[in-house]
Amino acid sequence: MTIKLTDVVKSFKNEVVLDGVSLSVEAGETLVLFGPSGAGKTVLLRLIAGVIDPDEGRIEVNGRDMEGVEPEDRGMGMAFQNFALFPHMTAFDNIASPLTARRQNRTTLKAGVESVAKLLKIDHVLGHMPKALSNGQKQRTALARALAAKPNVLLLDDPLRNVDAKLRFEMRLELPRLLKQQNATVIYVTQDYKEAMAFGDRIAVMDGHGIRQVGTPEHIYLRPASTKIASLFGDPAINLLEVRPERGEHGVQVRLSGRAIPLDRRHAASIGHDCLLGVRPETIRFVPEGTPGAVPVEVEAETPLNEKTVTLVWTRQRREIMVSRPSGSIGPAHGRAWIVIDPGHAMLFDKESGARIDPSSDAAALQGEVA
Amino acid sequence: MDTMSPLERVLRGIAITLVILFFMFPIFWIFLMSFQTNETILRVPPSIVFEPTIANYQALLTGRLETAAGTLEIRFMRNLFNSLFLSTASVALALVLGIPAAYAFARLKFRGSEEIAFTLLSFRFAPPLLVLLPLVIYFQQIGLANTYIGLIWVYQLICLPLILWIVRGYFEDIPADIEHAYRIAGHRWFTTFRKVALPLAGPGIAAAGLLAFIFAWNNFIFALVLASADKQPVTVGALAFVTASGIQFGQIAAAIVLSIAPVFALALYAQRYLVEGLSLGAVKG
Repeated sequence: MTIKLTDVVKSFKNEVVLDGVSLSVEAGETLVLFGPSGAGKTVLLRLIAGVIDPDEGRIEVNGRDMEGVEPEDRGMGMAFQNFALFPHMTAFDNIASPLTARRQNRTTLKAGVESVAKLLKIDHVLGHMPKALSNGQKQRTALARALAAKPNVLLLDDPLRNVDAKLRFEMRLELPRLLKQQNATVIYVTQDYKEAMAFGDRIAVMDGHGIRQVGTPEHIYLRPASTKIASLFGDPAINLLEVRPERGEHGVQVRLSGRAIPLDRRHAASIGHDCLLGVRPETIRFVPEGTPGAVPVEVEAETPLNEKTVTLVWTRQRREIMVSRPSGSIGPAHGRAWIVIDPGHAMLFDKESGARIDPSSDAAALQGEVA
Repeated sequence: MDTMSPLERVLRGIAITLVILFFMFPIFWIFLMSFQTNETILRVPPSIVFEPTIANYQALLTGRLETAAGTLEIRFMRNLFNSLFLSTASVALALVLGIPAAYAFARLKFRGSEEIAFTLLSFRFAPPLLVLLPLVIYFQQIGLANTYIGLIWVYQLICLPLILWIVRGYFEDIPADIEHAYRIAGHRWFTTFRKVALPLAGPGIAAAGLLAFIFAWNNFIFALVLASADKQPVTVGALAFVTASGIQFGQIAAAIVLSIAPVFALALYAQRYLVEGLSLGAVKG
């Protein structure tokens, strides 16, 4: 089923939560709604589920306007962040609730509950009340309930938020396969960029009451629309360095501690403007002294971060730069060092607006002509 | 508890004993009085040594009160039935009206909902005497004076706001997501109300119903003014023991024992719900 939102507006008591949100989700696609808390992700999900109504705008499912359609008639499945299990019913009855609503007979109902419970590995606790379940079992019960009736649309509101790290890791591996099996259109809300990148066919980045960018995980990682989005993806966060592009020998370049870093020549429009150079920590390398274009830095601190090691270095102008390298690879732990920035992976952002300056877009080309 | 020192434990025991004595002694004394004659009750100094008699209970149950001035008809058993009937019916009606209203006030924020809810609560603020006089006149005009229906209606002033406000709090404490989840699963709102909201607010409803029952049972002033002898509850009926030939303390005590017994039994039976209900509502969890 396709889902299409057009100019959806929602406020609570004069406080705007969603300000003209438009979004379309393809049938069978997993779309991740990603953004910091308070961005309106959950509200958007509830609007689609029909438990709250938009102030303005249209919500269509398979081309059908959902206005006035009660949540029970939308045929969706939803898992809540706080699980929202029915505390007075056993796990079995919780999972069975979408099936009883569809008036299935006892045998099909039992078979339906047991198959989804087996899929989620909770078939041994079906007789338990929710308060007797562990957090992980609660979360699986909530997921099973959402899946039980095999809905065409699955709304998952940060289902891994309230479970411990080990379980979250397991579910991160398990859930994408599970969702693919369902053949449903999935909208998945999360605040975790890794989850977003792992689950999403596409990611819609929400911030400040609206959707700021929609694209594949690669697209959003490599071509974020703004410094804000660039900082939300990636750990450690992207380095943002104040620069002013200038004309160099080979076209456009920026200077870092006196060393020229060449940029795409189509960045000519930005020459002389205050910009931010976005460099992902993993695209910076430590190099031996004397490497051409190497920037001298002072190593300030080193933090091992599981599979990678993050080093904080200072340039001569006391700019802080994070460098990330695979753990076990050779790098300086202290003292003087040299780094090279891969210009192919550097991004240029407008300093004032934070918007990425896309050298390939027509807008930049036009600006270039005007300049 | 294990960390308490012996001294603390002793002091705690004394404190609890004092509290129990303070609250339970009058009831205990009434209980003793109900097995005594007027003479043994009124002797000076009072003593707990006496020859027990069941004459008081006999008089109440048979409805014949033997006094120095002769035999007096009393309708205590009738009063007891009236109390039971009036309180039960009032609470039942208040639950039927109050629970859906409480749900509406909790879940649907409609225009003026707070004002209406508060107005209903304000019925509890007004002294009953304030509304009693006009009520008597109206009830006489429309023929509701001295009827069970009229009394049950007036008792809604006691029961309805109590149930409405307590139960509303319970409904508000049920996370809306739980109800949303049931609806998304495909159930109509009324099914959701019946299968999710009502069971989850159950302890609260039980507590509110019990409190309302006790309040209705203890009511005196409405029944005194609006009911004549055959409709009077025990609270008013007890006045009959103040006779021309003196106050029948023994019978009064027996009447009190009999009239608090049902409420006492109910409270004992439901105290689990009462404590659970009243505290669960206060603590979000």
